[in-house]
Amino acid sequence: MVDLTHGADGHAAPGHDEELELYHPTNWVTKYVFSQDAKVIAIQYGLTATAIGLVALVLSWLMRIQLAYPGLLAFIDADHYYQFITMHGMIMVVYLLTAIFLGGFGNYLIPLMLGARDMMFPYLNMLSYWIYLLAVLVLAAGFFVPGGPTGAGWTLYPPQAILANTPGQQWGIIIMLVSLMLFIIGFTMGGLNYVVTVLQGRTKGMTLMRMPLTIWGIFTATVMALLAFPALFVGALMMLFDRLLGTSFFMPSIVAMGEQLPTGGGSPILFQHLFWFFGHPEVYIVALPAFGIVSDLISTHARKNIFGYRMMVWAIVVIGALSFVVWAHHMYVSGMNPGFGFFFATTTLIIAVPTALKVYNWVLTLWRGDIHFTVPMLFALGFIVTFVNGGLTGLFLGNVVVDVPLSDTLFVVAHFHMVMGVAPILVIFGAIYHWYPKITGRMLDATLGKIHFWVTFLGAYAVFFPMHYLGLLGMPRRYFEMGETAFVPPSAHTLNEFMTIAALVVGAAQMLFLFNLAWSLRHGKEAGGNPWRATTLEWQTPETPPAHGNWGPELPVVYRWAYDYSVPGADRDFLPQNDPWPGEPAPAPDTAVAEGAR
Amino acid sequence: MLIAIILALVVVGSVLFHVLSPWWFTPIASNWRYIDDTISFTFWITGVVFAVVVLFLAYCVWRFRHQPGRRAAYEPENKRLETWLAIVTGIGVAAMLAPGLVVWGQFITVPAGASAIEVVGQQWQWAYRLPGKDGQLGTADTRAVTAENPLGVNPDDPKSLDDVIVQGGELHLPVGKPVALLLRSIDALHNFYVPEFRAKMDMLPGSVTYYWVTPTRTGTFEALCAELCGVGHPYMRGTVIVDTETDYQAWLDQQQTFEQMLAPATTSALE
Repeated sequence: MVDLTHGADGHAAPGHDEELELYHPTNWVTKYVFSQDAKVIAIQYGLTATAIGLVALVLSWLMRIQLAYPGLLAFIDADHYYQFITMHGMIMVVYLLTAIFLGGFGNYLIPLMLGARDMMFPYLNMLSYWIYLLAVLVLAAGFFVPGGPTGAGWTLYPPQAILANTPGQQWGIIIMLVSLMLFIIGFTMGGLNYVVTVLQGRTKGMTLMRMPLTIWGIFTATVMALLAFPALFVGALMMLFDRLLGTSFFMPSIVAMGEQLPTGGGSPILFQHLFWFFGHPEVYIVALPAFGIVSDLISTHARKNIFGYRMMVWAIVVIGALSFVVWAHHMYVSGMNPGFGFFFATTTLIIAVPTALKVYNWVLTLWRGDIHFTVPMLFALGFIVTFVNGGLTGLFLGNVVVDVPLSDTLFVVAHFHMVMGVAPILVIFGAIYHWYPKITGRMLDATLGKIHFWVTFLGAYAVFFPMHYLGLLGMPRRYFEMGETAFVPPSAHTLNEFMTIAALVVGAAQMLFLFNLAWSLRHGKEAGGNPWRATTLEWQTPETPPAHGNWGPELPVVYRWAYDYSVPGADRDFLPQNDPWPGEPAPAPDTAVAEGAR
Repeated sequence: MLIAIILALVVVGSVLFHVLSPWWFTPIASNWRYIDDTISFTFWITGVVFAVVVLFLAYCVWRFRHQPGRRAAYEPENKRLETWLAIVTGIGVAAMLAPGLVVWGQFITVPAGASAIEVVGQQWQWAYRLPGKDGQLGTADTRAVTAENPLGVNPDDPKSLDDVIVQGGELHLPVGKPVALLLRSIDALHNFYVPEFRAKMDMLPGSVTYYWVTPTRTGTFEALCAELCGVGHPYMRGTVIVDTETDYQAWLDQQQTFEQMLAPATTSALE
């Protein structure tokens, strides 16, 4: 097993193996099923998130069809519609986006990009995935329990979430709360791993300020998630008590269907505070990894260093910190003390400044670059356009009084789909096209990729850009059907049909992507170790796909930051982080230790 | 090249859509024109930023596309540029925030002399309570709700008896008079939303929330529920009619008071 060769100062000798003792799989089950290898766990997370994400995609089709052609599908009644929107929202935000960024990309990239052999606690990491899977299965079980899943909206606001007249009041809400609590337990196991690995598992020379922005994004998001999820956990637990044990944490005196309920004294708005204390950081838990990844995609495919690296790091950290003091901007018209509006509008608009700086720096990275229009670069460009659009409409909703007419309308739906739906998903696609060659050893088909990109980017824009204007008109969100409403002209229904058709086309394009994923696994072009000529460590592994333990006998030693593209005087347009240029290469490895390590 | 053109077309298309869109605010019927103005102002600032950033992006994509022999510049940082961008952005953001906060201050401050009208939400209908001759509303509590007293008005409060109760009917408001809407719910969350008034606020069971408006033109407007309140949410509609003062008084005089509402019940109980 591992030879703990230490230098006199108690640290591992340069370039030698580290303290981590790896569990070596002995059979197929421990290698691919109950695996402790972060790379396998990453793929498990990714596949599970994609599978449940497809359910959310189908649900979005069903509700778009209902909105454009009410009554066309007879089985969609009001109950089902509200169950669909609830499950779609919760799956996308928590079980897909959070899981795939942190559990998927976090697991795959943190050890590889930092020059570690694995996560610090591989066994815990494995448990994290299996509890996540359990959470997903419990969530999906909601479709099969009597009464179906909850239809309280993804925000699960009490009291209606646990009152009759809300679908899934019987079992669905219990299933949902239990599933969320399981998710949080599983995430905490993974999250502690990511944080400890970033702080303790970096290879020699990998200082914090040499880390790729991908890692900064994932790291900061994980710290935030560890602080934010507990609020949701206690909120879910309290609501579970209200539902099952008859407590009244969130339940005031209520008359339902003509009868006085035995509840009393609780506060519905307390739940909203707990929910959004989690819910707002959650937006950035999804966004920060996307920010980080897209920075690396842009830099690599424009062959240019990321512009303003230190500013980018600080922007990530500042956004992460500020996002804990803006939560009540989701509650301007909730009936909380209206005086809070001044504070939360101010903090919210302050966040716009570091966010805008990030956008400038992405664009300025392209300035005087050498832009290769690879599929990952296309997705990165699509992200910038979508994110700028969605971010700017945030300035409407964050500015308290402007939010008043727009809140609870389709403007809000359009805004958050642009900014935390489409934009991060474009990054996920770009990231998959970018790292698939490392994960499988083969390239994804670029032609299919470009079709996938254009249909997804332009199609999603066509769905959500016009939607803002229906919100301006005053059309409320979460309406099963609009019916006859004096202020809604017939043209609005035509626009709804257009958006639905666009949504169906965008959804269909994702099948092309899934086909590409499967087909390229066998038929894709051989990628080689570093097809994008990238600098970061994951592209410098001795084997592709990287073997268990990642690095062969010797850990890489880092000499430079992650963005040495087109360095004047260098003979190539990229210098990997472990390239000592212009210095001498590291001395030959000590083979005795190396063999011991294997 | 094609990519740059498409990105530019996204900007052109978005601007054209904005200009030509028939979907826009409903004609305003309240004093909250300031809110509309703040939104228009925000549209101008954000629209310009969107166009500039994306067009500049399109330019970079075209100008710095890969060509044989091209090599990217090496420029890790530019403190001056970054500082300037931060300052300009900060100014733009402050320019949007400041008027927003001023108008918010007005929005949450009910002017002296505004009359108070209560709106009660319950699945899935609206009820209204207006002060009677004494000009004041009596107290109310969800725990006092019965079949005879569906709004839970306190029968022991002397201010209650002359309160006017409108159940399942239209709400009339006099034009040109500021009115504070006191919002109450006896079951789920609701939100009394009249698009032409621009204002909205959730109703929370157990609390009284509020907003105020001054209707500025007569007419008939639809009230919708804007907070998901169960399966009947989209059907929770009401009608608000803004009247001239004389029409309003005529309507008000026809409405039954809380005392009259209780009376038949009392009579039948005695029989």
